[in-house]
Amino acid sequence: MNAGPRSAHAKGKDSSMKIAFTAAGTDLAAPLDDRFGRAAGFLLYDLETGAVQSIGNEQSLTAAHGAGIQAAETVARAGAGALVTRHCGPKAFRVLAAAGVTVFNTDAATVGEALELYRAGRLQPAAAADVEGS
Amino acid sequence: MIVAIASGKGGTGKTTVAVNLARLLGGGVHLLDCDVEEPNDHLFLPGTNGAAEPVTLPVPEVDQQRCDACGACSDFCAYHAIVSFGIKPLVFPELCHGCGGCALVCPRQAIREVPRRIGEIRTVEAGGVTLVQGRIDVGVPSSPPLIRAVRARAPAQGMTLVDAPPGTSCPVVAAVRGADLVVLVTEPTPFGLHDLELAVALVRELGIPCGVVINRAGSGDDRVHAFCRREGLPILAQIPDDRRIAEACSRGRLVVEALPEYEPLFRQLSGRVTHFAPTQRC
Repeated sequence: MNAGPRSAHAKGKDSSMKIAFTAAGTDLAAPLDDRFGRAAGFLLYDLETGAVQSIGNEQSLTAAHGAGIQAAETVARAGAGALVTRHCGPKAFRVLAAAGVTVFNTDAATVGEALELYRAGRLQPAAAADVEGS
Repeated sequence: MIVAIASGKGGTGKTTVAVNLARLLGGGVHLLDCDVEEPNDHLFLPGTNGAAEPVTLPVPEVDQQRCDACGACSDFCAYHAIVSFGIKPLVFPELCHGCGGCALVCPRQAIREVPRRIGEIRTVEAGGVTLVQGRIDVGVPSSPPLIRAVRARAPAQGMTLVDAPPGTSCPVVAAVRGADLVVLVTEPTPFGLHDLELAVALVRELGIPCGVVINRAGSGDDRVHAFCRREGLPILAQIPDDRRIAEACSRGRLVVEALPEYEPLFRQLSGRVTHFAPTQRC
């Protein structure tokens, strides 16, 4: 496997990095959730050990405003260095950027497929939010 | 005396009741248009426009030199308007409710509050009626601070009418809180009844006396009447389901001027509102 692009994405934290995925389920077969702030939950994948951890997003789902901000905090606090999601809004993107979490957008159907794309270096870091905030 | 005109359901006739009452009361009455997302009382009461006065909300500004990223501000804020977790705080002014808590809890006095414009207030003198209109800026998601600013324009003496926004959430609470009487406008339909029940619960929670105006009476059914009887809610007026009233309103005309035969009905309502006995709790 070509490690070049991957290490570039991960800013040198490559092998020990954890990646967060928006997930509508609790394992790698789960569909990649369309949304970030209102995602059903997150899967945290440890690139070093291959361990998968499911993280809830209840606090954001019940928030009237600021769901993306809360979700960004949840993901950053969980120790993720990267986030792979279908869409990410401007407020969440600002928090993730400040916390040093690189965002990748993909149309992959499942978390597992998104992980393979990431490993293959086929995902590009997002430079900005890809959808409007609410 | 402050009389708020409210309704759970939108489009029941709050504005119709408010502007016609204001015209009949005349002589120094204040009408506060608190439907700040779409104020329209001025369409019925044209007059000389005063200058627009900006309304601002205090939002945090962080002194990055003083801040040590302790996160106390972020922990305090229930709305994620200021976010800090091992990082210097990020401020999202559009989510800020202006409570000032972040500045109070900051142990390093690194936060000061700066004004952020959220809308404006315009005062119109319309033939004996002083119309105070709040208008929120596009993109501002929270209206209660502006509504409270409009409410603060009620004079200490004399009669003030408040045209509240529809619904039963925070903007309505901001508009009716502290009123002496709430007039709930409804219509005799299942939707009207459902939302009237919610509005009555809200007004009771706030401990304000209330009465009901049934608009488009004669349409729908009698369940609103039955509800009012059962709950001991006084029916202050019934405005008939008359197409000509809708036509007058759609042309921006006052019912009491376009259709003088309805003036006695609104005059009776005006009398009942003005002399509403404060013992009539709802």
